[in-house]
Amino acid sequence: MRFLSAFIVGLIFGVGIAISGMINPAKVLNFFDVAGTWDPSLIFVMGGALVTTFIGYRLVLRRDKPVIEEKFQLPAASAIDARLIGGSAVFGIGWGIAGFCPGAAIPALGSGKIEVVGFVVALLAGLWVARAIRDRQTGKGAVA
Amino acid sequence: MTGVETEFTPLQSLAGGVLIGLSAVLLMFFQGKILGATGILSGLIAGTAPGDKGWRAAMVAGMIAGPLLVLAVTGQMPVVDVPVSWPMILAGGFIVGIGVTFGSGCTSGHGVCGNARLSPRSMVATVTFMIASGITVYVIRHVVGG
Repeated sequence: MRFLSAFIVGLIFGVGIAISGMINPAKVLNFFDVAGTWDPSLIFVMGGALVTTFIGYRLVLRRDKPVIEEKFQLPAASAIDARLIGGSAVFGIGWGIAGFCPGAAIPALGSGKIEVVGFVVALLAGLWVARAIRDRQTGKGAVA
Repeated sequence: MTGVETEFTPLQSLAGGVLIGLSAVLLMFFQGKILGATGILSGLIAGTAPGDKGWRAAMVAGMIAGPLLVLAVTGQMPVVDVPVSWPMILAGGFIVGIGVTFGSGCTSGHGVCGNARLSPRSMVATVTFMIASGITVYVIRHVVGG
């Protein structure tokens, strides 16, 4: 049940990324290229995802607990600090360089393109190095 | 390095966005968790409990199967056009990995789930990475690339 539901959630996410165009770095980079070959499609991806999640979360979170686990695990962190802003800025720079964010790159692996494999390997290396730095700074860090 | 035009696809993009939202809602319904690609991947490579890796791997497998399902239904593989050089692909991937770890999330975790929860942290993160990406694309395509 746990595996099956996770697979189905991933599948729906992957189909969404694929048909929305998020899977295509050319389209993502064009979204940011307002001064050039602008393609505003991604506003519709964000809008559709946000409205659906906003409404859906309100329905689901009325329940006492999720179907499989014992309780809802919602992020408790509230600090708006240099780490959050600096990390997000660095992410944005990388996103603007390559045109992939993590959630778009994973489904894109299904296309079989070697460029996507390269991006994901570099992404995993970055995640690993950053975790190592963070864990050294803070003792043992929590899972992001 | 100027861009190549891509077709404006409001309906497909909206439909895809709704599916992305639906997947986030379903993960909250079943497991009570935020759907963040950063967290999923990070948990796969980290030393988390063995029982915690299986569902993450199953979800990643489902994600990868997504475009294959689109291919099976429509007969066409979704377009994945990577219009940047190999050094940019690799540098971009590494930089994204660093950024999302310290920023505690990416487009899915902050951009969709966090904003849908009206989390101030996620709103600040989203505005920050959207602006940073916009500036980066502008500099690469119109300042450096000219």
